[in-house]
Amino acid sequence: MDVKPDSTLDCTGLACPMPILKTKKAVDALQVGQILKMIATDPGSVKDVEAWASRTGHQLLGHEENSGKYTFYIKRTK
Amino acid sequence: MSQAKRLAIIAMHGTLDMAYPPFILGTAAAAMDMEVEIFFTFYGLEILKKGKADKLRVAPIANPAMPQPVPGISVPNILGMLPGMTSVATGMMNSWMRKANVAKLSELIAIAKESGVKLIACQMTMDVMGIKKEDLIDGLEIGGAATFLEFASQDAIALTF
Repeated sequence: MDVKPDSTLDCTGLACPMPILKTKKAVDALQVGQILKMIATDPGSVKDVEAWASRTGHQLLGHEENSGKYTFYIKRTK
Repeated sequence: MSQAKRLAIIAMHGTLDMAYPPFILGTAAAAMDMEVEIFFTFYGLEILKKGKADKLRVAPIANPAMPQPVPGISVPNILGMLPGMTSVATGMMNSWMRKANVAKLSELIAIAKESGVKLIACQMTMDVMGIKKEDLIDGLEIGGAATFLEFASQDAIALTF
């Protein structure tokens, strides 16, 4: 995706619920408007990150899948 | 659409498999900006005993869903009553969890506390089972049925494990 992240979080190898817990912490550490790039290998994280963003109101700009790695771009909105 | 603001959980079992869901859901709910309370009663108090979280065990007896140690070879469930089978089942479960890179229960408890999840120990069952406040980990509150219900009665999802 053509976005420039302000910070990167590697959740490779982590199982549910750790990617969500770490994403929450990392997004809280951003300024409003900044973007987090999060990388996970847990296939469940695709639906989980969507659900997390929908519930918290932060914006999931998009995600990519590449040979078992899922990369998410999340913008802090508030 | 109105969304529940709270997650209220009752944890009443002290086995490894029953101890995880309250903390997985509790920490995830906190990460989703929900208020969370977990009420520990009866055997659930075992989870909160100092040094106990990572030593909880799995009961193989009367648990036909327990995967077989050797795939394809069916071990009758009644064998779960033999001496040492609880340790065998616990060892198996712990090795599967490590392989799947699941967080240790003690880590999830620490994250729960850090993210504001309230852990309530039930006074009445502490008395019944002879458990003192100093037997339990720090950072807990002690309460009763009304404490849980007051929290759960306002805009909450309530679950029992």
